[in-house]
Amino acid sequence: MAAVELSDLKKSFGAVHVIKGVDLDIQQGEFVVFVGPSGCGKSTLLRLIAGLEDISSGELKIGGDVVNDVPPSKRGIAMVFQSYALYPHMTVYNNMAFGMKLARASKDEIEKRVGAAADILQLTPLLSRLPRQLSGGQRQRVAIGRAIVRDPKVFLFDEPLSNLDAALRVATRIQIAKLSESMPDTTMVYVTHDQVEAMTLADRIVVLNAGLVEQVGSPMELYHQPANLFVARFIGSPAMNIAPCTIEGANGQARVKVETGASVPVPADIPASAVGHKGTLGVRPEDLRVAKDGDAIFRGKTLLVENLGEVALIYIDSGDENEPIIAKVDGSVDMERDVEVGLTAAPEHFHVFDENGRAFPRQRA
Amino acid sequence: MAGMAGSKQGGWPVHVAVIFLVILWVLPTFGLLVSSLRDKDLLAVSGWWTALTTTERNEVGRAPPPEEQAQEDAEYVISGNLFEADSGARVARFGVSIQRPDEFPVGETAEMRSGALLTVNEDGSYRMVSTEPFEGARGQRLFYTAAFPPDFTLANYEEVLTSEGIGQSFINSLTVTIPATIIPILIAAYAAYALAWMKFPGRALLLSVVVGLLVVPLQMSLIPLLKLYNDVGAIFGVPSKTYVGIWLAHTGFGMPLAIYLLRNYIAGLPGEIMESARIDGASDFDIFVRIVLPLSMPALAAFAIFQFLWVWNDLLVAMVFLGNGDDQLVLTGRLRELLGSRGGNWEILTASAFISIVVPLLVFFSLQRFLVRGLLAGSVKG
Repeated sequence: MAAVELSDLKKSFGAVHVIKGVDLDIQQGEFVVFVGPSGCGKSTLLRLIAGLEDISSGELKIGGDVVNDVPPSKRGIAMVFQSYALYPHMTVYNNMAFGMKLARASKDEIEKRVGAAADILQLTPLLSRLPRQLSGGQRQRVAIGRAIVRDPKVFLFDEPLSNLDAALRVATRIQIAKLSESMPDTTMVYVTHDQVEAMTLADRIVVLNAGLVEQVGSPMELYHQPANLFVARFIGSPAMNIAPCTIEGANGQARVKVETGASVPVPADIPASAVGHKGTLGVRPEDLRVAKDGDAIFRGKTLLVENLGEVALIYIDSGDENEPIIAKVDGSVDMERDVEVGLTAAPEHFHVFDENGRAFPRQRA
Repeated sequence: MAGMAGSKQGGWPVHVAVIFLVILWVLPTFGLLVSSLRDKDLLAVSGWWTALTTTERNEVGRAPPPEEQAQEDAEYVISGNLFEADSGARVARFGVSIQRPDEFPVGETAEMRSGALLTVNEDGSYRMVSTEPFEGARGQRLFYTAAFPPDFTLANYEEVLTSEGIGQSFINSLTVTIPATIIPILIAAYAAYALAWMKFPGRALLLSVVVGLLVVPLQMSLIPLLKLYNDVGAIFGVPSKTYVGIWLAHTGFGMPLAIYLLRNYIAGLPGEIMESARIDGASDFDIFVRIVLPLSMPALAAFAIFQFLWVWNDLLVAMVFLGNGDDQLVLTGRLRELLGSRGGNWEILTASAFISIVVPLLVFFSLQRFLVRGLLAGSVKG
């Protein structure tokens, strides 16, 4: 039985359709991350699950029960907000106890649950403080603690780390990962635009774009087998390089020809019917290397070389000013600007997409 | 919140402006206070600023009548003191005619027109000596110039509080003002929360009606309102001029501003706090009582000060909705009455005026601690 089940879920604000029909099953204990560009509807989808927005159409089940019209507090969920949303006039203890007090839980029970949550998050020494006396990381821990006290079936996180600085973000991310491990039966739904968070935390990632699900899969699946151009370009940083190509061979001898004239074998199952059609060839920056004479797929002048120490990013003029080809190569490579250079990659690293941007299935190496 | 922040900008023009405003406000108030504490006779002849330091002025005293003269050997003597005991005043010079009250220095002996010799000492004691017995029914007039130390008295306050009816009016004013401040706040806070955070059809329309009512002049609605109140009162057999009537009137007149102010403040509270509470299981009422009200203290206090001052200083509504009897006349009405009947008695007017200032000052200083910024600090990222 799925812990959270979305069937053809839709949400419109007036004439604006934000969620255009999402089907998704989230298993109990799973850590699911929603990613997508700004405005793709990922936060709205989370708020639909939380009950903070009304569902326009479709069905939402939590723990097997339809909860479309159940108020948030009765859905067995807890939510951690990007802005913490602590009650500023209450101490940390009262912030965490607020929900239980409303539910008229006994004093001992409240003390026990708040104490336990504070223990997990090392908040015990801060219990009598007010939120304004806490640092950003501590505030977010209190917000997470408040969610734990609710003992929910489903945890909802709405970009919880966005307001923290880089170091704290890593520390809190690890804390969330530990928390999720320590509660194997609790389902987590996490919204972020940061793909590092998505890749490190998720059991499954849901990539959303313009109110629709582009792909659902484990982080490695999304990285190695993106279902389409959008996912391919969205996962991975810097984004995957793409170049128009013509499909030359199919079945066993799948080949494509790029604009520079080079023809390369590709590890994809391309049907014979696609031969001769236009397509797109994709290759990740980290798979590119500087080519020896002759076997380059991409060729152009270096626009910019960013050496980060461990790696160097080489930007090469691809003819399109806004989309240079980027190669992530060893930091020891010595490269200058305005030099003609060729790039290539091992054939097994290529991705091929059809005219509509859908990926041809890749053969596993 | 934004209006309270930003003390860093501006620099010296702001400081100059603030100092100017402070002086503009404090100086007359202080003058009023000083005047109200002065002796009523002095109040009529000199300004309040002279009361703060030792001042020199010409005075006329009168010796006891001749029948109190004493005979010492061959001389007849009248002695006494120009001042009351412990007054602290010092005689500088004295004279024997009204034209020249500063003719002789103290301690000297001057010859009076009657031939008697007059000696006046610095402490005000004097001695008139004559070889002939003093005659006549009235005592001699003595002219002197003396330095008087500051002298303050609470007698004016005693008088207005007891005999002029200010005390009773003070209580009447409080009876009007306190409920007329609390009732609109209570109602408006509920309305403001609903208009800010609850979704219901017609919300925008309702809000624009409230804003529209802000500009309706009070004078226009005063009489229709009184008629309405009387007609409705007649049905239930309620008399026309009661405290309940004026409470309702002030509540109505204060409500648009109250709702508008509070709604804007409450709408500015972070929505995530409310959503978070909702997930925690709070109903709208819980959210209002446990979260919105405590966080809205600055706005509530600001409006309470506004409404209190406005009701306390109001004369027009009180004249219309309350009677003129001793048990209903408010402080402003009493002051107006005193101005007519005792307009020359500054000591009464200044003391009464100051009594009517004291309460608003107390209200302001006791509520201003709620006017703090940073109440929301720590709640959301900022």
